[in-house]
Amino acid sequence: MNTNKNSYTVIYTIVLVAIVATILALVSMGLKQKQQTNIEVEKQLSILSSANLAQDVKSAKDKNSYVQGEFAKYITEALVVNAKGEVVESCTEDITKSGAFKISIAEEYAKMRDIDAAKDEAAKESLINELRLPVFVCNMPDGGMRFILSAYGAGLWGPIWAYVAVKKEGTELSGAIFDHSSETPGLGGEIVTDKFRNQFVDKVIFDNGEICEIKVVKGGAKDPAHEVDALSGATITSTSVQKMLTQWFNYYKPYLQLIVDGSGNMPEPGIEVKEFEQDPEVIEL
Amino acid sequence: MDKKIFTTPILKQNPITVLVLGICSALAVTVKLEPAIVMAISVTLVTGLSSFLISLIRKTIPNRIRIIVQLVVVAMFVILIEQILKAYVYDVSKQLSVYVGLIITNCIIMGRIEAFGLTEKPLPSLVDGLANGLGYGLILIVVAFFRELIGSGTLFGAQIIPQSWYAANGGAYLNNGLFIMPPMALILIGCLIWIQRSIQKEDK
Repeated sequence: MNTNKNSYTVIYTIVLVAIVATILALVSMGLKQKQQTNIEVEKQLSILSSANLAQDVKSAKDKNSYVQGEFAKYITEALVVNAKGEVVESCTEDITKSGAFKISIAEEYAKMRDIDAAKDEAAKESLINELRLPVFVCNMPDGGMRFILSAYGAGLWGPIWAYVAVKKEGTELSGAIFDHSSETPGLGGEIVTDKFRNQFVDKVIFDNGEICEIKVVKGGAKDPAHEVDALSGATITSTSVQKMLTQWFNYYKPYLQLIVDGSGNMPEPGIEVKEFEQDPEVIEL
Repeated sequence: MDKKIFTTPILKQNPITVLVLGICSALAVTVKLEPAIVMAISVTLVTGLSSFLISLIRKTIPNRIRIIVQLVVVAMFVILIEQILKAYVYDVSKQLSVYVGLIITNCIIMGRIEAFGLTEKPLPSLVDGLANGLGYGLILIVVAFFRELIGSGTLFGAQIIPQSWYAANGGAYLNNGLFIMPPMALILIGCLIWIQRSIQKEDK
């Protein structure tokens, strides 16, 4: 057979590509469900870890069902709040299917960047109104309550993100967890370590109606309420963490005020909470 | 079948230390042992299977587009492996991040298909591919062993250097941060090449 004819070559490539594409499409469809679950479990684990729950995950036999079980047990409510502190959606069952769980914090961060780049006040205002921030309410095993907020920002090489657990009083953190996609291993990548994240325990973030910046400082933190040690050799990642938290806390500020006032948790569904579908402003999203 | 097809690529003609192929990923995924081993297995499977498949269809491949055909086959296996890792070992696939996808560009694979799979029978091609993957994996694991042990004081994530040795706990030991950085992988590979070359010189 003459394999060097043009027609043979063309038909050969078409058949080859068709076969390969079919195989890949089938495998991708078959594994999609499992991959999606993995991504969701990862997020659930981050949320739980910020409140120092799900500590036994390393020794758990079936990681996915352990994390899902713990998540269902302790995370009792998921809220979507806007930058005015209003709760626009509340969900108490099947949290993983809730609007709050599905919010992409990367997209919200993109909106924040648009806000910073907006030319006039009116444009800025309307962009701010479009922000949707997730809040997870966590009932601790000891009876305490945590409000888990998210944050997302730019590190040195790629995005970094965090989940922070705010104590019931709304002024202090009880814990935080950080993750990144491509910071330098051993330097900026160290933000995921317990050593770094445990420094955020008991930090004051909200005082007298104002956000207190958590300062990531070099050469030893002195003020235990507001300062944490920077990572050695990772100045940009460290300052990025500080910038990211401050930026997101400022958007969460009106909601934090609600927590401080004691009404942040669980407004009765249907009374204070506007239904997601009925709000015309929200539908435009 | 000649036993040498299997043994030469692992030591005498090792793709990394002798042919100096596949260096890029050897630098990137050797910070910890676990991802290095997963990477070694992945590359071994891809080199073996793609060499086998190409050898199977070698007589039908139009010569002018043979590189493209090789690429399509290699890419297919790499994407399959990437999908499977994402579904079954999500943590590891996160650590390997883009490097699984970059197996496609690993010179060892295309090199072996061109040099062996395209002309030899399927079974020897499979063995040759697997052996080259193993040779690559062996170096990866040796490098990762030293980088994780000296750079982080752990192996497979478990602490090996006793906590009490560390300066923070009153000892006199510090992890060597240089081992975590890519340049150290290059230096380690350089040392391995040195050792291997000096041993093989004596053989002759």
